Amino acid sequence: MSKILVIADHAGGQLRKGTLGVITLARQIAARTAGTVEVAVVGHNVGSVAQAVAAYGAAKVYVVDSPELEKYTAQGHALAVAEVARKAGATVVAACASTFGKDCMPRVAVKLEAGMASEVVGLGTGAGITYVRPMWAGNVLGEVEIATPVHVLTVRTAEFDAAAPAGAPSPIEAAATTVTAAALKQRMLEFRPTVSARPALTEARVVVAGGRGLKSKESFQIVYELADTLGAAVGATRAAVDAEFIENDYQIGQTGKIVAPDLYIGAGISGAIQHLAGMKNAKVIVAVNKDEEAPIFTVADYGLVADLFKVLPELTGKLKARKG
Amino acid sequence: MKILVSAKRVTDPDARIRLRSDLSGIQSEGLEFKLNPFCENAVEEAIRLRDSQGGEIVAVSIGSEDAGTELRRALAMGADRAIRVAGKDDELDSDLVARVFVKIIEAEKPDLVIFGKQAVDGDSNQVAQLVAEYLGWGQACFVSHPEGSAGMTSQTPGLKVANGKALAVREVDGGAEIVEVDLPAVVSADLRLNEPRLPTLPNIMKAKRKPLDERTFADYGISPTLKVKTVRYSNPPERKAGIKVADVDQLLDKLTNEAKVL
Ligand SMILES: Cc1cc2nc3c(=O)[nH]c(=O)nc-3n(C[C@H](O)[C@H](O)[C@H](O)COP(=O)(O)OP(=O)(O)OC[C@H]3O[C@@H](n4cnc5c(N)ncnc54)[C@H](O)[C@@H]3O)c2cc1C
Ligand SMILES: Nc1ncnc2c1ncn2[C@@H]1O[C@H](COP(=O)(O)O)[C@@H](O)[C@H]1O
Repeated sequence: MSKILVIADHAGGQLRKGTLGVITLARQIAARTAGTVEVAVVGHNVGSVAQAVAAYGAAKVYVVDSPELEKYTAQGHALAVAEVARKAGATVVAACASTFGKDCMPRVAVKLEAGMASEVVGLGTGAGITYVRPMWAGNVLGEVEIATPVHVLTVRTAEFDAAAPAGAPSPIEAAATTVTAAALKQRMLEFRPTVSARPALTEARVVVAGGRGLKSKESFQIVYELADTLGAAVGATRAAVDAEFIENDYQIGQTGKIVAPDLYIGAGISGAIQHLAGMKNAKVIVAVNKDEEAPIFTVADYGLVADLFKVLPELTGKLKARKG
Repeated sequence: MKILVSAKRVTDPDARIRLRSDLSGIQSEGLEFKLNPFCENAVEEAIRLRDSQGGEIVAVSIGSEDAGTELRRALAMGADRAIRVAGKDDELDSDLVARVFVKIIEAEKPDLVIFGKQAVDGDSNQVAQLVAEYLGWGQACFVSHPEGSAGMTSQTPGLKVANGKALAVREVDGGAEIVEVDLPAVVSADLRLNEPRLPTLPNIMKAKRKPLDERTFADYGISPTLKVKTVRYSNPPERKAGIKVADVDQLLDKLTNEAKVL
């Protein structure tokens, strides 16, 4: 019997949708191990997050709500997560492979003397529970076995369908923490948000991404115009971010965000392995590149060999005309 | 200030890695190896800090004898001395690597330890955080220098060290965080933290004479047990190239009537 504890990802009092992908994996583990799924929400003023996540059929939702956790620190949050994991008697502790999960969960693993698998994309098919995870920028899948009684996971949520709401709301239970911010060796001084009215990159159904081929911050505008016409999120390559066409929060790839939208349109992007690592699981891939040899065409469902400065505005114009 | 940095040997980050046909591991024939790109950023940042504040840089790698090549590269960039702990890549996990670092840190007593954010072979992104927790230290991971981002200017350094504290800019989902960590501290470097220098020829020659200690797990009293083991490899689902469309009209037609995504 296993007990899987999902650590909710949240920001600004809102549940982050990726959490629902972690719940899906947790349900898969539970189904194979006669286990139960519980959720923990850790932070300050997170009652609304607990209410939201209580709709997804967890046996229990723990809330660790403390002013000492108001500002995120890896050291403080890891302690609070480990405490609630012990209280729950969790055998698997799983969080999103978001920057929160990546930063905090290894510390949780040390506290629980657990082995940790990063960026899990599925379960192995053998008898015991093993975890499948991408290595070498996704060129290889490794199946890992964790030898410790407790397993810690971060989950690549783009690989999992969002869990559907299920059953009656989960009971919500408060759990205590011993974290005191003043005793920590680190402090968050300031959070500077990237402000955007567009859909979140990791949650959008359509993503329009631009690369170095866009040439400048000013001309990157044609990517926004197409995205807005489609109600899409905007993404970029590392080269586009390094050239300061757009902020780092929009980078897709091995070291950026992992996206799996229904439609990905990439323009002026060569298709380096590190970029493909972040988008090759999109359902439909469209590539616009003037170089017919560009590697991105090896993964594109629809390739258009053409000048993006002509194609993107034409596409935007024709889509607008359709909408009337 | 004394700084410890990691210098992992990895497969060429731009190589297309493939599995052997029996799926027992990756095809290593003809493959080149490099210093992990993120470790290059870590070494570069250590050099900048030492050059402005004085001190010493110790570069550390756990790996086979070949890993000495990448340690020499770190020395050629500007590290002062190096330690290699013998270990085979497929007999390591992030936890064992972290436990080795902890022992070295306890012996060397650095003020700051800089890791790469992740190793581009295993892509685990764990070692820095594990080390920080084992030591009970604070951490600043994914430290970057996001010029122009989230109100940062090119004058905002990614990492500053003064008055017994590290001040760092972290790249996180939804923006940037500015964090303060008491020294001694653990930092992990992201690619945009700095522009790693290329070693010059004279420095490559000089690096050959810099000390490189060879150690074993036994020297540190570490039992090389693994918590996480890769038991099988497989190929990701292959994605086939589709078709080329002639123009925007054909693209719109395909997306609407064939793929049905519009
Ligand atoms: C450790 C490591 C991690 C990395 N992580 C990432 C990551 O997470 N994400 C990422 O994206 N990259 C990452 N990279 C960088 C990656 O290797 C590539 O350098 C990068 O993806 C290239 O970006 P690009 O395609 O925009 O630029 P380029 O490779 O320069 O391609 C530009 C393309 O635009 C086309 N083009 C130019 N003008 C036009 C035009 N007018 N019309 C149409 N097409 C045009 C060109 O033909 C070319 O194919 C990483 C690299 C390393 C070493
Ligand atoms: N064998 C190793 N030798 C030296 N440094 C390592 C080793 N493995 C990991 N590291 C460091 O730890 C960071 C994170 O590694 P990982 O958790 O494996 O992705 C890497 O960027 C390196 O800086």
